[in-house]
Amino acid sequence: MAILQVNKVSKLFGTNPEQGIQLLEQGWGKTRIAKEKNITVGVNRVSFDIHEGEIFVIMGLSGSGKSTLVRLLNRLIEPTSGEILIHGKDLRKMNKEQLREVRRKKISMVFQKFALFPHRSVVENVEYGLEIQKVDKSKRREAAMKSLELVGLKGWEEKMPDQLSGGMQQRVGLARALANDPEILLMDEAFSALDPLIRRDMQDELIELQDKMKKTIVFITHDLDEALRIGDRIALMKDGSIVQIGTPEEILTQPANDYVERFVEDVDLSKVLTASRVMRRPETITMDRGPRVALELMRERGISNLFVIDRSKKLLGVITAEDASDAMKNNRKLEDILITDGPSVGPDTLLNELFEITSMSKVPLAVVDDNGRLMGVIVRGAVLGALAGESKSGEVTQDA
Amino acid sequence: MPKIPLASWVDSLVEWMGDVFSGFFDAISLIIEKIVQLFTDLFMLPHPYLFIVILAVIAYFLGRLPLTLFTAIGFLLIDNLGYWSQTMSTLSLVITAALISVLLGVPLGIWAAYSRSASRIIIPVLDFMQTMPAFVYLLPAVTFFSLGVVPGVIASVIFAIPPTIRLTRLGIMQVSGELTEAADAFGSTSGQKLFKVQLPLAMPTLMAGINQTIMLSLSMVVIASMIGAQGIGAEVYRAVTQLQIGKGFEAGLAVVILAIVLDRFTQNIFKSKKRGA
Repeated sequence: MAILQVNKVSKLFGTNPEQGIQLLEQGWGKTRIAKEKNITVGVNRVSFDIHEGEIFVIMGLSGSGKSTLVRLLNRLIEPTSGEILIHGKDLRKMNKEQLREVRRKKISMVFQKFALFPHRSVVENVEYGLEIQKVDKSKRREAAMKSLELVGLKGWEEKMPDQLSGGMQQRVGLARALANDPEILLMDEAFSALDPLIRRDMQDELIELQDKMKKTIVFITHDLDEALRIGDRIALMKDGSIVQIGTPEEILTQPANDYVERFVEDVDLSKVLTASRVMRRPETITMDRGPRVALELMRERGISNLFVIDRSKKLLGVITAEDASDAMKNNRKLEDILITDGPSVGPDTLLNELFEITSMSKVPLAVVDDNGRLMGVIVRGAVLGALAGESKSGEVTQDA
Repeated sequence: MPKIPLASWVDSLVEWMGDVFSGFFDAISLIIEKIVQLFTDLFMLPHPYLFIVILAVIAYFLGRLPLTLFTAIGFLLIDNLGYWSQTMSTLSLVITAALISVLLGVPLGIWAAYSRSASRIIIPVLDFMQTMPAFVYLLPAVTFFSLGVVPGVIASVIFAIPPTIRLTRLGIMQVSGELTEAADAFGSTSGQKLFKVQLPLAMPTLMAGINQTIMLSLSMVVIASMIGAQGIGAEVYRAVTQLQIGKGFEAGLAVVILAIVLDRFTQNIFKSKKRGA
């Protein structure tokens, strides 16, 4: 079951927001409501489910309502209508006490401008969430230190926030959110205030942390590259509505409408698409066959090389047609002509890392899984083809 | 068009309040008198030299050698000129007035920061209190609390409380929305938010307000002496009415010394706190 379910949630600002909801239902547009009724539609009947352990990115330009939306998820802003279910319990039906409990135990937040308390030291900031739950001092200090260590700030605990750089301040913000051991982390443009290199590091670390801790993360950003880098799924927002929800690849390769298409047209696909997307089914042969069989197979398929695998599909090496015909003439075996130092990559390798490897290698690139089993093959044309916008894997021809 | 009888309305209002609330005013009067007496007794308990040493030590711990020297020399001068007991009663009056101002003013300031409608009432009242000439509310103070130190304290509080209220409100409203939002997001109760986030961050502004309140109540001592509050203000008043220029200068100098010491003390209390944090 989804950890967080959002059903037709809206937020309207104005003197009579309920009327605005009805007008939206009647099909009025956002601009008309603003002009005639003086009601601003912040978030417009948004629905989505967030699954446990995923990084769900809500992405949109400024004014799209994404920051309002994330504040609806912990009711820092009261929704006008709709349901927000956390583990099936409606957040909107909770009283103050229950809501506080959710904020203390289940949902933590990381802020764009860090929002560290300037009068408290780093460790006092991190233990704030536990302090207000009246956790006793030694216990909360211990949890805070653990959390600081997790974000790589061990030894900085006695510093004041203004003595730290922006990147480190946001680590404190992250540590503060983690100290409560929440199930859900809301990150509101958490890395937007950092400079690009540090932002990149933080993204990597966040992914790493998430692998380790299996938190559910709702990440708000206006930066498409960031969304594509860290998101398991992305919800694209425009004018308070969600335009499309999907994996980064779906967003890029199957944009739901013109808006999304325009939005993603400048994206460097090579930084998003992975080896597993462009690989095709490999032609293989097992070691016990002779060079004649291999040559025949290559001729039949119109290719110039073959991958050699064992019975458990484990990659042993590659042979070329040239070597195979030599071997046939000189009566040698396959293992004599096997090239074992050919290039291979994992399935999650990004395309931009493949360019150099494919251009330097005479033989096609093998894609192998963690256990060394052959999953597929990448030929030079496939990489270029994918970047040119060919959408389905396996359609590219093997030309190496 | 006939003149609006505003004066007689106010007269009858004051008379009515004097009748109806006399028990209440008597109780307040008693409490304030006791507090002032307590402070005076406390300050007069040690020998002046011992008291000066205590003050000098406090000045030293507030972290400044020049302040220590100034405090010691200034108070020795006051003692030498023969104004010790008067200065101590003035100090008691000022501290009592400041204490009441803080006890009333800080909660009022917090309330005004939280509630827009509260501040809509409080702010104009403060404007009225600060701009209405002090002599004007000296008279009703006498009507309600008779002559002596109590109406002096009351008049000082009315005159001096506005900065504490205003700056408490300002200090709390200046705390960035992001920080209060963060406090909320982690599940703080309103009390936790106030005491762990808003008040600590408002402290510098709030202390500036308290400092101003003390200065203003000190500036009221001469006026308060006109309705029978004893102390250094009475000396100044007497000297002025008798055209004793030299004596007036002496007594005035004692007020100045007291003012500077109080000002630096209250300013530094906060600064040293901040350093310690």
